[in-house]
Amino acid sequence: MSRRLLRKLVNVLALGLSGLATAIGLFFLGAILWTLIHSGLAGVSLKLFTAMTPPPGSSGGLLNAIYGSVVMTVIGILIGGPIGMLAGTYLAEYGRTARISTVIRFVNDVLLSAPSIIIGLFVYELLVIRMGHFSAIAGAVALAIIAMPVTVRTTEDMLNLVPQGMKDASTAMGAYHWRTITSVIYPAARSGIVTGLLLAVARISGETAPLLFTALNNQFWSTNIAAPMANLPVVIFQFGLSPYPNWQQLAWSGALLITVSILILSIAARLVVSSLTPGGNR
Amino acid sequence: MNTLAAIDPRHAPAQRLRERLFQGATFAAALVVLLLLGGVALSLLVGAWPAFAHFKLGFLTREIWNPVTDQYGALAPIYGTLVTSFLALLLAIPVSFGIAIFLTELAPVWLKRPVGVAIELLAAVPSIIYGVWGLFVLAPVLQRHVQPWIIEHLGPLPLIGPLFHGPPFGIGVLTASFVLAIMVIPFISAVMRDVFETVPDVLKESGYGLGATTWEVIWQVVVPYARTGIVGGIMLGLGRALGETMAVTFVIGNAHRIGSSLLAPGTTISASIANEFAEAVGDLYTSSLIALGALLFLITFSVIAAARLMLLRLGRRALSSV
Repeated sequence: MSRRLLRKLVNVLALGLSGLATAIGLFFLGAILWTLIHSGLAGVSLKLFTAMTPPPGSSGGLLNAIYGSVVMTVIGILIGGPIGMLAGTYLAEYGRTARISTVIRFVNDVLLSAPSIIIGLFVYELLVIRMGHFSAIAGAVALAIIAMPVTVRTTEDMLNLVPQGMKDASTAMGAYHWRTITSVIYPAARSGIVTGLLLAVARISGETAPLLFTALNNQFWSTNIAAPMANLPVVIFQFGLSPYPNWQQLAWSGALLITVSILILSIAARLVVSSLTPGGNR
Repeated sequence: MNTLAAIDPRHAPAQRLRERLFQGATFAAALVVLLLLGGVALSLLVGAWPAFAHFKLGFLTREIWNPVTDQYGALAPIYGTLVTSFLALLLAIPVSFGIAIFLTELAPVWLKRPVGVAIELLAAVPSIIYGVWGLFVLAPVLQRHVQPWIIEHLGPLPLIGPLFHGPPFGIGVLTASFVLAIMVIPFISAVMRDVFETVPDVLKESGYGLGATTWEVIWQVVVPYARTGIVGGIMLGLGRALGETMAVTFVIGNAHRIGSSLLAPGTTISASIANEFAEAVGDLYTSSLIALGALLFLITFSVIAAARLMLLRLGRRALSSV
């Protein structure tokens, strides 16, 4: 009897601890969000979106940084997205069973978890040294390299979900493989692919390390993609570590902006996925 | 109908050309992925070469890091990287394990999805946010409330005591490990959850049928079955922790030395690069930082590769969330 009691006790204790662990995880998410909202909202005003990053001590906004982040993210996804989609298409269709595909999948998985600062160093060697100076385009390329593996993975997964019968039907109509892919498979997997792109955007829009020595920063308004450009993550980094209260306030507001947009993107991506797979329990 | 054009024999050559072009384009894109990794490795090696050639093996074994005299050694950043990652895993593994158990075995169905998504959102928060939060919220709390307690109670202990000596700085190795732990928890628990879900129900049911408690089923059926996947998930988290930059840079203090105390400021490979690279003057300085990057690449590549090989056996579908 006492052994049975002991087993029950251990059971309750272990399960209680696992509930506690979950509570800890949720607590930190809540704590981070609360701090962001609490400290970030204080600086949110129209000026945040209309004024440039200020020198220490005077007031300003984040317009140039927001613009730079959007530009680099868009260029990054425009470069990384299509390449990733095509590579994913190769893995799911043409090279599904090829031996090289196994290698490519593995390499892609490694790239997916590779430290982003390494990608920054790579692009520094590749572009910044050649061009002789930091530039927005170098930052965008670094982001593209980070976005690509995400897109490859989701595209392949989503194309694999398209029923074989649909592909066979198209082939039976006499369509070439490329026609089947572009006219049947892509439309069938469209929302899944869009999800992948959304996740890739969410991933790169908060990346800081690869921008530190590619795009660097720019205190002024600049639309020249061959020149250094301000961007939210690096501004948060520099302003957050500065001793000036107005800079720190802007860092918090920028952090709030980035986090809210990324959370919205991630939730949107999940809604698309869950509408795709009814019965999925996640 | 556009699609019917394929059947018309007159269009066949054009169709074949497009077919070849499209196939070629997808293959080229796939090759880009392959070449990218090679390119990264090669460019790091080339950039690191001057430092390796100048300092030889001493680069790995010396603690000195002095831009004024142009003397660089990687020991302190390597030490910092390994110690922070190890401590982070020490803190993160039990919590992630608990979360994974809660999500797969305990949570009622209506709670599973929202909690699962919330944990995944924790993974989507960019690392710089963790850095800012760690510096302005966590570090002061640790400095005021946690570290004095640690110094008072763990400091006098034999053996591990020296690890907890010194003033409570707030920022330092321990704080960095703490932030890293919070960051890797969602990654590890997501993998563990996916792995636990691959355990066949019939195995668990036979455990229950024998009268086992939930915990006994988890510990004696689920965990042994999922062992490889658990280790793979932990190593994936390790890869993340080793290479994490921004969160650590904010809270580690960037001191190029190996302190005996975990409460003292230190540095990691990625934090050194992030802090110093843009301002590095002189070829040897830049090259030494790239050499640090090459070392980091080597370390994380081996860890990630090992993790992926372990997880490969589980099939890719189960792991789409990481």
